[in-house]
Amino acid sequence: MRFLGVRAGPRVLIVLAFWAAAVLRADAPAVYAIRNARIVTVSGPELPKATVVVRDGLIEAVGEDVAVPVDAWPLEGEGLTVYPGLIDGLSTLGITDESALAPAAARPSSRSSVTSSPPGRPAAGPEDRPRTTSWLNAADLVRITDRRLESARSAGFTTAVTFPARGIFAGQGAVINLAAARSGGLVVASPVAQYVSFSSGSFSEFPGSLMGLTSYVRQLLLDAGYYRSAKARYEKNVRDAARPVYDRALEGVLAAPRILLPAQTRTQIARMTHFAAELNVPVVLYGVHDGYRAAGVIAKAGVPVLVSLKWPEKDREADPEDTDSLRVLELRAYASSTPHALAAAGVKFGFYSGGIERPGDILRNVRRAVDAGLDRAAAVRALTLSTAEIFGVADRLGSIERGKIANLLVTRGDLFEERMKVEYVLIDGVKYLPLPEAPPREERQ
Amino acid sequence: MRPRWFAIFCAAAASAAPVTLIRDATVLTVTKGAGKGSVLIQDGRIAALGPNLAAPAGAVVVEAAGMYLMPGIIDCHSHIAADSINESSVSVSSMVSVEDVLDPEDIAIYRALAGGVTTANILHGSANAIGGKCVVIKMRRGKPAAELLFEGARPGIKFALGENPKRRGSPSSTNPGDAAVLRYPATRMGVEDVIRQAFTEARIYQAQWQAYRSGRSAVAPRRDLKLEPLVEVLEGKRLVHAHCYRQDEILMLLRVADEFGFKIRTLQHVLEGYKVAREIAAHGAGASTFSDWWAYKIEAYDAIPYNAAIMHRKGVLVSINSDSAEVMRHLNTEAAKTMKYGGLSEEEALALITVNPARQLMIDDQVGSIEPGKAADLVLYDRHPLSNYAKVQKVFIDGQLYFDRQKDLEQRAARQARKQALLDREKQQARPSAPQTRPR
Repeated sequence: MRFLGVRAGPRVLIVLAFWAAAVLRADAPAVYAIRNARIVTVSGPELPKATVVVRDGLIEAVGEDVAVPVDAWPLEGEGLTVYPGLIDGLSTLGITDESALAPAAARPSSRSSVTSSPPGRPAAGPEDRPRTTSWLNAADLVRITDRRLESARSAGFTTAVTFPARGIFAGQGAVINLAAARSGGLVVASPVAQYVSFSSGSFSEFPGSLMGLTSYVRQLLLDAGYYRSAKARYEKNVRDAARPVYDRALEGVLAAPRILLPAQTRTQIARMTHFAAELNVPVVLYGVHDGYRAAGVIAKAGVPVLVSLKWPEKDREADPEDTDSLRVLELRAYASSTPHALAAAGVKFGFYSGGIERPGDILRNVRRAVDAGLDRAAAVRALTLSTAEIFGVADRLGSIERGKIANLLVTRGDLFEERMKVEYVLIDGVKYLPLPEAPPREERQ
Repeated sequence: MRPRWFAIFCAAAASAAPVTLIRDATVLTVTKGAGKGSVLIQDGRIAALGPNLAAPAGAVVVEAAGMYLMPGIIDCHSHIAADSINESSVSVSSMVSVEDVLDPEDIAIYRALAGGVTTANILHGSANAIGGKCVVIKMRRGKPAAELLFEGARPGIKFALGENPKRRGSPSSTNPGDAAVLRYPATRMGVEDVIRQAFTEARIYQAQWQAYRSGRSAVAPRRDLKLEPLVEVLEGKRLVHAHCYRQDEILMLLRVADEFGFKIRTLQHVLEGYKVAREIAAHGAGASTFSDWWAYKIEAYDAIPYNAAIMHRKGVLVSINSDSAEVMRHLNTEAAKTMKYGGLSEEEALALITVNPARQLMIDDQVGSIEPGKAADLVLYDRHPLSNYAKVQKVFIDGQLYFDRQKDLEQRAARQARKQALLDREKQQARPSAPQTRPR
């Protein structure tokens, strides 16, 4: 991971960052009022000229007739637009522990200390819980020292749903704010979901195929259900039978209220909606680039989805003589029309950065979806309230309403204009300025 | 006469397949002889056939004078239309299923149609003594995976004997600790042991469930996805398709199956089947083999082109399969070879790729021959299908047209134009409109 190279720099920097954060926090006024701004509440009508008051980290009031309280620090909003802070629906933001991040397939030799299979012996079946770290909890792993938090803030994000991302059952995600005085302060809700990836390992270790992966997910979820009832039976009468053997993999699966399953192509989407109907747990699909051809299938299944904003692109290293198949060409040409198709079909969807390197590119890619027909209001909703709803935190995040967490994005210009500029964000009612715009960087190899 | 409501239900179920009359073809029924005549398709089924059928009002009429109509080809051994084939990490991979990874957009489905195939048995690979679960599909191109499944076909499971399942892993791998990766078994004896061990476990598992269902045990056993399909095999609910070559391993498997009280439904490849045809017939196993494909490894050397014919004459239910997306496109030619090598009749040769595989897959009440009441899965050739020069003109599944050679030829230019437009658009977008800011 590239940012790790940066992190390995002088420790002084980190200390400085801690200190700076603490000082900022101490100096921050507890009450802000942004007045005369255009306010996109998302949950209600857009207010062309209104005031939003933020007190002690929560939104105290929003409206056209709201007065600026006497104790508030006034922020002039003339010419500015206030949005709910943007939410990255699926990320690893805040997690810097390599063992929870590196895809297992990328480095088969380095076995993490947290994976369950005994070293030296490949998993021989589901009972070995291959590439499973379902018990890892993003809330325990996030650190304010992750430099990516700052660059994500600079792109208008105040919140992310962040996951350990290594293995098949990678671990439990948390909704985090992208700034806090201490790492624990980042966490808004946890655990919100279990991240399942169909990462391929080696052929000689179970599961070594897509069939095996599917079967493993199915068996582990069955086992989790069985484990839950065995524990309940035991608790009812501890003297009747031997206690169930503690299984951290199943504990981890049971802890999360929903699971994330990957589905990119139409075939995968149909497959996973079918699979979701069979599983005894709510499912969220992620990826979904082929969704423009499968919106009806998703709508019928009633499954919410997270659309990756890393639109498929032609491989830069590809042989110029090679021609992709029509299907691949169509996917590249039409993937960005997926959000429009989902909105038209009434599917609940959010967005996620999907490994986009530079946070500034995230909104640029949302603009491509808007160019492909997605209504701007629907685009904002997907970046805020819809994602909050998908993860069950819409009671505290995702819109500008009284009582919600004061995560706000203040821009000059509409979010989807090329010239839009992030003025600042508020996170838990604390104001953060964006990083000065960096000159275009050289592509790193 | 069927009641009226039933006809309406059928029409709805076949998603309003048109009433079609295929007129004046040479109809090769496979089970009831051949002759000039017409076939009427209604509600996705063969409604009638005979020399003088009138087209009902509104029927689509296919003029087929000079052409040959035969039942859709059934391939008893295929690996198309699936995103993964082998779960090779374990010696018993019965927990995995091809159904989970069906790919309805695989181009091989269209190519199979173009070769006259309407139904195929999609098998797990042969990396394990007991492999994954299999499904029978129809080539309903354009339909989602769930609608490819052959309704009512019994599910299957793949077994494999010999060199593939005793392959132990890859010692040449650069992966550290590879010694541990080497997998049991390493011999044919070990393959037998793996099968015995698995079915011994399955019997115990079956007994646990029986105890629970009869109330002798209060707590339901944990569901084991590996053992469930093996219990289904023991109970005759799942068909075993066993990859094999040599006579010794074939006899071994038949003995083990007899001992555990289950049946081997088909022996696949079975290149030495001609040596033990009587024993195969006595067990009741079918044999699904190649016409003349062998010598690609040691266990496949002692093969002869008369294999299919000899097994057939000894009372074995025989089919010719493809095991290949390429061979799948000319199974009619493969079947024809048994006329030269073994002297089978035209009808016997055609049966090897139609009604015989249908019987092996236990779907012959639905498909496999041209008889009233069966599904209208039909192939129209311009010449006799056992001729090298025969080309598929039209393919119907459930009475719906899924392949039309003429349409295919007409659409090629339009498809090419669509592709070119996308390529041009991409080139346009890639062209830098601003001065390049990133040094190369």
